[in-house]
Amino acid sequence: MIKLRAKDISVIYHTLDGETEAIKNLNLDVKEGEFLCLVGPSGCGKSTFLNVIAGLVKPSSGKIFIDNEEITKPSNKIGYMFQRDYLFEWRTIYKNIVLGLEIQKRLNGDNLKMVEYMLQKYGLSSFKNYYPRQLSGGMRQRAALIRTLALNPDILLLDEPFAALDYQTRLAVSDDIYRIIKNEGKTVIMVTHDISEAVSLSDRVVVLSKRPARIKDILEIKFSIKDRTPIKVREAPEFKDYFNLIWKELDIHVE
Amino acid sequence: MLNENKIEYSKEHEIFLKNVKKRKALIIFTQILILVLFFAQWEITARLKIIDPFLVSQPTRMIKFLIKLYQNGELFRHIFVTCYETIIGFVLGTLIGTIFAVILWWWDFLSKVLEPYLVVLNALPKIALGPIIIFWVGNGRPAIIIIALMISLIVTIISVHAGFKEVDEDKIKLLKTFGATKFQILRYVVLPSSVPTIISALKINVGLSWVGVIVGEFLVAKEGLGFLIVFGGQVAQLDMVMLSIIILSIAAYIMYILVASLENKFLGWKN
Repeated sequence: MIKLRAKDISVIYHTLDGETEAIKNLNLDVKEGEFLCLVGPSGCGKSTFLNVIAGLVKPSSGKIFIDNEEITKPSNKIGYMFQRDYLFEWRTIYKNIVLGLEIQKRLNGDNLKMVEYMLQKYGLSSFKNYYPRQLSGGMRQRAALIRTLALNPDILLLDEPFAALDYQTRLAVSDDIYRIIKNEGKTVIMVTHDISEAVSLSDRVVVLSKRPARIKDILEIKFSIKDRTPIKVREAPEFKDYFNLIWKELDIHVE
Repeated sequence: MLNENKIEYSKEHEIFLKNVKKRKALIIFTQILILVLFFAQWEITARLKIIDPFLVSQPTRMIKFLIKLYQNGELFRHIFVTCYETIIGFVLGTLIGTIFAVILWWWDFLSKVLEPYLVVLNALPKIALGPIIIFWVGNGRPAIIIIALMISLIVTIISVHAGFKEVDEDKIKLLKTFGATKFQILRYVVLPSSVPTIISALKINVGLSWVGVIVGEFLVAKEGLGFLIVFGGQVAQLDMVMLSIIILSIAAYIMYILVASLENKFLGWKN
């Protein structure tokens, strides 16, 4: 079933120096429950595309549909996770996690019970009265994810969510986050420029061209091993084949 | 740290802690020593007629004058009046300045339009407006408070507005993904992130308000420390002038400490 459809999306940025085509006629269908990665050269318009889906940037032309309904402003069905956790330093972890609910005036019993449940399940309940600076980078990113999940979105947009972490932490956190997201059965669209991250997490990888972004190729990622986890699949024989394939598609040169 | 969960430290760590304490004590001791030496040499050189007490006063004369002022009940009145005017001045300056900064943040067009005017007002020595203010609101306390407020107002608007604009765009974007309104963005991100800026504006404004109040008192007052300074100069009573300046320094120091302690209260999450 199609969860999200991007139809003929084009985005043009205007500055005094001129105009820049960020995205050109991009069409994409995302299936329900799938983990989709967008990879592409830096500055190709990947993040712009996420912002369009999130309703933060209005496309110059084209439409976004979620469950066959057109999206024109930020929707409740979408949760957005950024490169950094953006936890507010002056709020405790708990207060940070309920921030979205507070803003949408949905701080009611059911939602709070859900938050309690997730805090418990994902090992943050003993830290809920801590301030963000007292937590490690991985814990903070997990708190940011729960803040997003607290709003119970169907689709998660992840904009290089692990890029700010060091390598070891990144592996552990991506494993962790993957497990939580799969557990909650969300549809995910993630932007990254880390090829191995894309291969290890996704069901499909969309390779984008240089600016203006258009789809170069879409790869189905399938592994022969059972119970895939992002760390386990790195040892699967197919892993390096997918890696090399994407690497060639990206056609990166040092200029 | 509570006694019952006191941790056993190594010998080396205990020596380290002791040294830190020792150094701190030494700093405070030296600070006090400088003060004592300064007043002692003042008194001694005045007694030995090396300096002229008529021109520079001397500590014992100031103490005599202090007692006199206390006995006729004027001491605390003068201190109170000046402190009161200063507090009102910097609280109003910070409050009104922050409100203006919010308005400018809300309407970017307005902030762009007003930019050159703010720069001019900032560059203008506000004291120059003193006579106009006195002419408008009369020869009294309101004029002094308005002069004090004028001095801190423009700086506050400019610095707090700059603080608002420095708030991380992505934090605002995060709230937008939650569907936040502009007012919610102000309330949940912009204002709380700017608390450090507002407190530092408050700290600067304390100093500026003292300037405003003392100048105001020079111009119009019949009471207050600024009045004592000017009056003392006019009647060639340097004891009165010097004493007032010393009291002023102490009052200004205490007020600064109080404002700085707000920082700990509001920025507790930093520690």
